[in-house]
Amino acid sequence: MSTKEWPLWEVFIRAKQGLNHKHVGSLHAADLQMAIENARDVYTRRMEGVSIWVVESKHIHASEPSEQEALFEPANDKIYRHPTFYNLPVELNHM
Amino acid sequence: MAETKDILIDYVLHLADNSMILGQRNAEWCGHGPVLEQDIALTNITLDLIGEARSLYQYAAELKGGDSTEDSMAFLRDVTQYRNTLLLEQNNTDWAYTITRQFFYDVFHYYLQEALINSSDERLKEIAKKTIKESTYHVKWSSEWMIRLGDGTEVSHLKMQNALNALWEYTGEFFIPSTSEMEMQEKGIGADLNALSIKWRSKVEEILKEATLSIPESSFQQKGGKTGMHSEHMGYILADMQYMQRAYPRAEW
Repeated sequence: MSTKEWPLWEVFIRAKQGLNHKHVGSLHAADLQMAIENARDVYTRRMEGVSIWVVESKHIHASEPSEQEALFEPANDKIYRHPTFYNLPVELNHM
Repeated sequence: MAETKDILIDYVLHLADNSMILGQRNAEWCGHGPVLEQDIALTNITLDLIGEARSLYQYAAELKGGDSTEDSMAFLRDVTQYRNTLLLEQNNTDWAYTITRQFFYDVFHYYLQEALINSSDERLKEIAKKTIKESTYHVKWSSEWMIRLGDGTEVSHLKMQNALNALWEYTGEFFIPSTSEMEMQEKGIGADLNALSIKWRSKVEEILKEATLSIPESSFQQKGGKTGMHSEHMGYILADMQYMQRAYPRAEW
């Protein structure tokens, strides 16, 4: 028996129309079709979703943890980027 | 009138037993699948089958009346009262046998639901409408495995061809009508097995061709399950399945 592992896939599920696909986990599968079916069986058994995306994990490019300061800290003291200085009418509820 | 009801009960039990026994067989894989994801996939299919069987047993119990329940239908009937075909009680053996058995049944099961959606029996019609969504997925799943392994490596091809050779003689029974199947077809309740047989054969040939697998030449076909003449495996399945209800009658969760 071959001991070669199937490739790893990342799974994204859209919980309902209008929402984003969200990363829910990963799984092994031999090919694209099997990856979608495995995702269906592993992650949507309890009505968690209406749409599935899968992508082979090797195609995900991640930011470097060592670059954290350079990437994210400059945003720290720029509070004017948050639209918190407007007076909103009271009727406006969902802002 | 009472007689027609008995025939309907027999027919409903045949439909239920098919899915129940295959479900029970597949359940043996639970926790033992070749990989985690496929363990879950097969267990899902199993739950679909057992869910369908439950709906049918409930219907049979209502028709039968008295103190019959879905549980008494599943757990208190003996081997000779079971109406499933012989294919479904065959051993799991290995993944190739399991997939091949599943594939043969899935294709049959799908076209059966397609026919039962037009049944004149409202209840069977409703159950078929729900089941066909499940069996559409089952056919897709097992067909892909047939192709993946049949047209895979030299070893996987050999294993699949062996399973196919061994199980082929159990496929004819689907289409050899029992007395109740004939009666139910005449009444517009049951499926037309001749028409079903043609669709089954054509779909199976299409997938096997893609899987580079060939149908054995021997034309011998087993039968007996539908009339309660089961293979030796059946007793073991029921012993396992019915043990709890037999040892602790009317035990509940």
